Amino acid sequence: MNILVCIKQVPDSNKVEVDPVTGVLKRNGVESKMNPYDLYALETALRIKEQKGGSIHVLTMGPGQSAGIIREAYAMGADKGVLISDRKFGGADVLATSYTISQGIKMSGEFDLILCGKQTTDGDTAQVGPEVAEWLGIPSVSNVSNILEIGDKDITVEMDMTHDLEITKVQFPCLLAVDKDIFMPRLPSYIKKLETKDREITVITLTDLEDQDEKHYGLNGSPTQVERIFPPEVNAHRELWNGNGIELTEQLFQKLKDLKFA
Amino acid sequence: MAKLVVNQALVGDIDQLISICPFNAMENKNGELVINAACKMCKLCVKKGPQGAVEYVEEEVKTIDKSQWKGIAVYVDHVDGVIHPVTYELIGKARELALKINHPVYAIMMGSGISEQCQELLHYSVDKVFAYDNKQLDRFKIEPYTAVFEDFVQNVKPTAILMGATPVGRQLAPRLAARVGTGLTADCTILDINENTDLVQIRPAFGGNIMAQILTPNHRPQMATVRYKVMDATERNPEKSGEIVSCEIASDKLHSSIEVLDIIAKEKEQFIEASEVLVVAGRGIRKEEDLQLVTELADILGGQIACTRPVMEAGWLEAKRQVGLSGRTVRPKLIITVGVSGSVQFAAGMNNSDQIIAINKDENAPIFKVAHYGLVGDLYEIVPELINKIKLSKAV
Repeated sequence: MNILVCIKQVPDSNKVEVDPVTGVLKRNGVESKMNPYDLYALETALRIKEQKGGSIHVLTMGPGQSAGIIREAYAMGADKGVLISDRKFGGADVLATSYTISQGIKMSGEFDLILCGKQTTDGDTAQVGPEVAEWLGIPSVSNVSNILEIGDKDITVEMDMTHDLEITKVQFPCLLAVDKDIFMPRLPSYIKKLETKDREITVITLTDLEDQDEKHYGLNGSPTQVERIFPPEVNAHRELWNGNGIELTEQLFQKLKDLKFA
Repeated sequence: MAKLVVNQALVGDIDQLISICPFNAMENKNGELVINAACKMCKLCVKKGPQGAVEYVEEEVKTIDKSQWKGIAVYVDHVDGVIHPVTYELIGKARELALKINHPVYAIMMGSGISEQCQELLHYSVDKVFAYDNKQLDRFKIEPYTAVFEDFVQNVKPTAILMGATPVGRQLAPRLAARVGTGLTADCTILDINENTDLVQIRPAFGGNIMAQILTPNHRPQMATVRYKVMDATERNPEKSGEIVSCEIASDKLHSSIEVLDIIAKEKEQFIEASEVLVVAGRGIRKEEDLQLVTELADILGGQIACTRPVMEAGWLEAKRQVGLSGRTVRPKLIITVGVSGSVQFAAGMNNSDQIIAINKDENAPIFKVAHYGLVGDLYEIVPELINKIKLSKAV
């Protein structure tokens, strides 16, 4: 079984602000980590490999420093790592990102199963996985909350549809976006970290891809454009009540009565 | 083709220019400024750097004829014919947008045996309901549903498509967007439309710390997903209006590599999203047993208990009761937060609630910025007494 897991490096914190005067984005500290949702996808891959054998590729797109999360994936048990990195990929929205990743996957081998996390913590869209599947022309299932059976030609999974669970059999090759908590991710192993410290990471740039038309990548390949960013608004109406507990309770009780809740 | 060009002679203080970039995408390489793969093309270096140091060079873009694309379409989200209420919220928003540009509102529904549902949709002020009624569309499967949607886009050419950010919408929208090669903006909280039919899509970014206004200036259709309870639902009219258009699609397009083997109803769960009243427990609750107080207040108000992320992470309540960006978005008629400080991430999941009441000891807690009524006080004094008062008044 050849498995590929898509991973992404994300900022450690979402604490960013817009400078109200200059409109510049202020990011305090630039510590980064592997997108936490991707750990579940990687763990799923490791468990499938334990059961069925095969190999696990991890693939990420980002600046050179993203290699750090590939090293982390190696220490968890991934076999091969691919970094798609090129300045020409900068400014990519969901469409251009998913296209770039699909091109990178094509250059990395033939895969029976592609696994993604539910979403990233910085983009928060949960859209890249299904779009990658579309570019590759393979079926995809999101919200996968359990893996029930792994056959030779297909995999049976549980898809969480909020009100019910769908038991779905999907033929290989396919893409699954797994939910948080599908399996508890293991910790990176120190022994594996030492073992893999010299393991190569394949770097893919635009000139390595099948489609090298710059118009399809980065800002140029992105239909959506961020016009402006601004701080979120807060509700205008605001009353602050001070007093002792008894007064406050009475005031709240009256308010709930006025609003017809009590 | 757009790109950034560095004019080394105009850079001046390299390190100062580098510090402008929020993404660490500029480096000093032997005294030359270089842009690396971390660049997000935000162009801040162009705007804020020394004049001409970094230039944004754009070749002419091929423009499209926007007048060829007409109508605002809403995907009718359903499972087994039960229409998800987000659909009516989106129809309401679509009508509002359509009025501004004088376009029609369309609903597109795909499924099996859905004629009754399509008739019902005519009560919600849509101009046309495009109905793909076919046995093979019985259950949601990604390939046939995408094929049907693609057929609709090619034949009807709507300028914009709105979809609920539901388990189905979140899979179908990106698949369709890639199929037709257009942009898609997830989880929009505000939608507007410009005279030239460009959809103004506003969504929280960076965990809700920033709002981003996004356009799709050169592609049609424009696609956006919206979470449930973000927009206002449209009222049902007693009279029907509009028409149903029956659509056919060749059955060979409906092939799927996915087989639905079984559908298991999840245990009857209570969804905090569906509750009109929520009482939210935050870190101000000292110990797990004290949640009983919060539950009691929720019960007596006919609502449900919800919580913040730390309370969920402590294992005191399940994840599905967590409000916030990493939890559920709620929009009840009344929300009372108890001992909740009110991070931006939390507020983003509840700040559309009709009435927000906050109880917190700390006068400077950010929750008081979103609360309509803020009580600066001890929840352990207020909540038990409030429960008593409500009980007494009910007993009378």
